[in-house]
Amino acid sequence: MFSKAVLEMIGVGILETLYMTIISSILAYILGLPLGILLVVTDKDGIAPLVILNRIVGVIVNILRSIPFVILLVALMPFTRIVVGTTLGPNALVVPLVIGSAPYIARLVESSLKEVDHGIIEAAQSMGASPRQIVFKVLIPEAMPSLIMGGAIAIITILSYSAMGGFVGAGGLGTIAINYGYYRYQVDMMLVTVIILVLIVQGFQELGGRLMRRSDKRL
Amino acid sequence: MAYQEPMIELIGLGKTFESKNSHVKALEDINLTIYEGEIFGIIGLSGAGKSTLVRCINYLERPTTGKVIFDKIDLSEVDDYELLRVRQSMGMIFQQFNLLMQRTALQNICFPLEIAGVSKKDAKKRAYELLEVVGLSDKAGAYPAQLSGGQKQRVAIARALATKPKVLLCDEATSALDPTTTRSILDLLKEINKNLGITVVVITHEMSVIEEICHRVAIIDASHIAEIGDVEEVFMRPKSKIAKQLVFSGANHIESFVGEDKCRIIFDGRTSFEPVIANMVLECRTPVNILFADTKDIDGKAFGQMVIQLPEDDISKKRIFAYLETNNIPHEEVI
Repeated sequence: MFSKAVLEMIGVGILETLYMTIISSILAYILGLPLGILLVVTDKDGIAPLVILNRIVGVIVNILRSIPFVILLVALMPFTRIVVGTTLGPNALVVPLVIGSAPYIARLVESSLKEVDHGIIEAAQSMGASPRQIVFKVLIPEAMPSLIMGGAIAIITILSYSAMGGFVGAGGLGTIAINYGYYRYQVDMMLVTVIILVLIVQGFQELGGRLMRRSDKRL
Repeated sequence: MAYQEPMIELIGLGKTFESKNSHVKALEDINLTIYEGEIFGIIGLSGAGKSTLVRCINYLERPTTGKVIFDKIDLSEVDDYELLRVRQSMGMIFQQFNLLMQRTALQNICFPLEIAGVSKKDAKKRAYELLEVVGLSDKAGAYPAQLSGGQKQRVAIARALATKPKVLLCDEATSALDPTTTRSILDLLKEINKNLGITVVVITHEMSVIEEICHRVAIIDASHIAEIGDVEEVFMRPKSKIAKQLVFSGANHIESFVGEDKCRIIFDGRTSFEPVIANMVLECRTPVNILFADTKDIDGKAFGQMVIQLPEDDISKKRIFAYLETNNIPHEEVI
């Protein structure tokens, strides 16, 4: 049905998409996870309340989250050029992907950590646990199943953002879908790339679900 | 029992919760001394402030006024870091157990030891010992979700004891358990108090828990201490209205029997084979109506109380009181 060259292109597209998604997810978590922890810990009912800092971070996160990704993508181009040296290709897309998804991840992490029963935190405090020990020995391990599920959601969101990168020549499946399926009306190409994207999403979701069930000891 | 050393002293303690348009006085002018080695009960209806009180003892809530002196340390004077150390010598258990759900029973008991910086190997060894103490050696690898309520509370007790605390604070520790399990947990607490010499502070809304294990009791009502004393004393001669209400528990409706004179007879441990009421009726040759009775047999001795309706005529009434008087049966007229 497809020539060897086309298949090769799709193969490269898949790898580029996975590359962008995974690298961006890792970097976005490096930013988003501490931010999410900060939001929980400094909350007025948190274990180390710092209301002003909490407000400031909360507002920044909200502002970044309310900018549509396509606009962020374009707006960040000068910054991307400074960081990566180009605005084209998968590496260039990583920059807006990380900045666009880190605030989202911060909120995901925040809501996961807030699920931890306050009584358990109080028990840890009664044993003389410091805020730091509570974060690493109570909040994160107790919220692990929920954090894993949030991780799957975050990766899938980043994947769908990465497809939008097709409009600015970022590479990956998004670029193939737009260049061939959209601009050249090649419906079959459009369909194939969409199906592959669906399968990747399905794969991440399934993996996340499995890891969550395995990690959760509440049965 | 003779108590010498004060373990916990609360001096003029008060706690007010401030919010934008209200401030709630949860506790006011609480003065209380809990001695080393005793089991001290704090009882009150819900909302009376007893949970806040226990949280002030380990400074989970910072009191607004007054002092907490724990083992000769004034908690208002220690810094945050020192406070964490102090808390390690106070264990605490809760109504909802509050175990770490993603850790096994053994790992839960290791938790406070990890926090205190004990090596993994020593922590494990100690955790196994404690599982033995609470009778759950076979459940080391079980997760809380696999344990029953009573077993969870046993793990929580073991966990609270891990750092060898001087005090064990119990916040409604048996309120989520059925009566049989409650008794076994109370027995365990009694055993721990006796064998390890740990001072136990019990917060509850159930008089039966106080009767069962406490030496002394403080009754909290509307943010104040209404009454404080030996359990037997408070039980037999409650002075405050709230104390009477708690002691009578099921008998709140006594006051609704209008017009009649009533008498409360207290069973303070005379032999349960002695038919007190029947003898009285035979001796005084006048029938009495039992309005309320709550007695129990402990080791062949009768404990509890009865409320009887007195006959109308003064002569019979006098005869009954005379009988109770001469036979040394504690009683009081209820109006």
